[in-house]
Amino acid sequence: MTDTLSQLSNLAITGATIVYFVAMLAHVTEWASARQITATPVVARPALRRRVTVPATAAPATTMPASDVPAPDRNSDGEENIDRFGRIGFSLTVLAVGLHLAGVVTRGAAAGRVPWGNMYEFATTGTLAVVLAYLVLVLRYKVRWLGLPVTSFALLILGLAVLLLYRPISPLVPALHSYWLAIHVLAAAIASGGFTVGALASILYLVKSRAERNAAACHDDRRTGYLWRLPTSEAIDRIAYRVHAFAFPLWTFAVLAGAIWAQYAWGRFWGWDPKETWAFITWVAYAAYLHARATAGWQGRAAAYVALVGYSTFLFNFVGINLFGSGLHSYSGM
Amino acid sequence: MRTALVLLFLLALAAIPGSLIPQQKVDASAVAAFRSAHPSLAPWFDRLGMFSVYTSPWFSAVYLLLMVSLIGCFIPRLRLYAKATRARPPKAPRNLARFSSFDSYVTDATPGDVSERARSLLSAQRRRVDVYEDGSGGVVVAAEKGYLREAGNLVFHFAVLVVLVGLAITSLYGFKGGVAVVQGESFSNTLIQYDDFSPGGRFRSSQLAPFSFKVDTFSAAYKPTEPGRGTPLHFDAGLTVRDQPGATPYRYDLRVNHPLQVDGTSVFLVGHGYAPVITVRDGKGNIAYSGPVVFLPLDGTFTSYGVVKAPDAQPTQLGLEGYFFPTGAVDQTNHPVSIFPGLGNPVISFVAYHGNLGLDSGVPQSVYVLDKKHLKTYDRANGRPKVLLLKVGDSARLKDGSVRFDGVRPWVKLQISHSPGKLVPLSGVLLAIAGLLGSLFIRPRRTWVRATPGAGGTLVEIAVLDRASGGNPDDHVDQVSSTLQAGEDSA
Repeated sequence: MTDTLSQLSNLAITGATIVYFVAMLAHVTEWASARQITATPVVARPALRRRVTVPATAAPATTMPASDVPAPDRNSDGEENIDRFGRIGFSLTVLAVGLHLAGVVTRGAAAGRVPWGNMYEFATTGTLAVVLAYLVLVLRYKVRWLGLPVTSFALLILGLAVLLLYRPISPLVPALHSYWLAIHVLAAAIASGGFTVGALASILYLVKSRAERNAAACHDDRRTGYLWRLPTSEAIDRIAYRVHAFAFPLWTFAVLAGAIWAQYAWGRFWGWDPKETWAFITWVAYAAYLHARATAGWQGRAAAYVALVGYSTFLFNFVGINLFGSGLHSYSGM
Repeated sequence: MRTALVLLFLLALAAIPGSLIPQQKVDASAVAAFRSAHPSLAPWFDRLGMFSVYTSPWFSAVYLLLMVSLIGCFIPRLRLYAKATRARPPKAPRNLARFSSFDSYVTDATPGDVSERARSLLSAQRRRVDVYEDGSGGVVVAAEKGYLREAGNLVFHFAVLVVLVGLAITSLYGFKGGVAVVQGESFSNTLIQYDDFSPGGRFRSSQLAPFSFKVDTFSAAYKPTEPGRGTPLHFDAGLTVRDQPGATPYRYDLRVNHPLQVDGTSVFLVGHGYAPVITVRDGKGNIAYSGPVVFLPLDGTFTSYGVVKAPDAQPTQLGLEGYFFPTGAVDQTNHPVSIFPGLGNPVISFVAYHGNLGLDSGVPQSVYVLDKKHLKTYDRANGRPKVLLLKVGDSARLKDGSVRFDGVRPWVKLQISHSPGKLVPLSGVLLAIAGLLGSLFIRPRRTWVRATPGAGGTLVEIAVLDRASGGNPDDHVDQVSSTLQAGEDSA
């Protein structure tokens, strides 16, 4: 039974990786189709000056292209192509998430515990959190434009997990026999999903705001390419901030839960173990990001760079400390 | 803000070396290994406090400066906030159309009607609302909400101080100590019984709770099959505890994640190992040493290292230095190795020394290290020291005596600590999270609705200003605008 489940899990994860790959290809095509196509210039939201508008209850339901995104010209084939590939990519992503979720759940069922015991399991669960965070954001804020970076990230990490990190199911070491494992790792995984999406959005923000600056400097009005279909850099920045603002308190909680657990398992709540130290560094870096956003001269691009520094400390903690570090958090199984 | 930002960066940077360079308090043996591997670098690291980064003056300086800057920010902002809680929404700027979140329409309703509806709409949204006439016959409704954001901000920063004060209290008045206890032996909570003990600055040893316990049993189980062969499955120590001398003893099942609590002091199971029971007889046939010797595990298969010292042996002092293999086997190069952490085929391999153990020199010695300055090995014909391999029950003859491997007993590494007031930093962090949520998700927002009479009807202008990023003020403009217009239709 355990063997069947664990094989099922491996199949589902491999399947999810392949579907992420196809989804990524669809999003690549989406971006590529926009290469020759000029977007309607993105202008500041025009004042609405209406005499009488429809009552709020009958307001047209906002559909895929967000109000920030220029309305695609339905007459053009190219426009239709872009939208079609975007939708295909998104549908495939949903399919991949289904497989991915099934893979994580069956792994847990096969192991008879939460599937958070080694690096392979952390990577599969963490990536799931990233893609789920993206799906929630698509539903709430219509961020389908994050499709390419998110699917590429999922493909990269799941691929590495399957090829390099895979370990068969094995029992947990006694230090992990605690319900705090579920609380601490779940909080950390959701927060890391948020940080990842936040970092991807920050990168897009940096790219887009640079393009906007250059276009303004050269009086270049040719708005061709997918870049000009992204929301304004301001809107991207807003999404990035929202995700970070969601992830930061959660990260604080994850560190706290870790400290409480450490008190039970190791007899001290904080001991400057390398993992703890880097969790603290990540916390400080994101605290700096939040401060930067409120500091004159640091808003915008500089703050986005600070967020990326925060993300790199997080990545170092996950990759560097797990694989090369010593200390009490040596659960990578590598 | 800029100061805080710079100090946060410094704090993050300052924390890095401690995660890369071994730390005295985290892993003392790694520090010792580093010292012997880098003899010229180590003195410099000592001078810079690199082996105890988190208590070094420069690290302390960074976070103390951060605290000073935090307090320096906190007090004036608290004063400002006290004023702001009583403030009225600011008057509308002359030109509302310059706001990027703006809408306007013309209606037949009178300015009074429009403003009344705007007032009730915005009040119902729990905004602070003022209505006033702007002098040109128009009526302005000014509304503001989100005052709690700054409260959340202040709570968060105050909570950071609570956490730090709490941490200071627990470390000043608490203690942390470690001891290895062999199965069958007892521990009573007095200073002399600890292997290592680090008290806080305000801790007095008279405050040690007078409990004692005996380690009756210890069992460890390891996964016997691949995959993950040898992964520990559980560790379990059975204790008989007395809360104080003369109290009724009770049994306690001590496990990882299941510490023993006595009078605010906690006993944690943090490690374990094997103690081979060894009997050393000297050249005259007398027992010079007999009993379990704690060997320190070196790896996941519990290959362990230890020494035996027999200072009373005659005619010469004897010492043993060697390795213990719980499941011994021989590798391709004919060296003994351990292939499993459980006790399958216990073997010790050691080299015997004779001469002076150096115990009388007055310099304190570690029980885990043999001072070989005045010791000699028993050599084989080829001049190499003789390595003796013993299984349980085996004896080996030396020139000046004999060694017998009687058996193996497990030992447990216990951490005993007392952290008074640890609820203070805990509640501090919880308070910080609550404040953080407030400061991140409450968005102060100002809304103005101006109704000005004109020839073609009443011009209604709506503008919204967000005073924190992350919100979408356009949605709010649309909502106010459409609600006002919808109300008109139904009127």
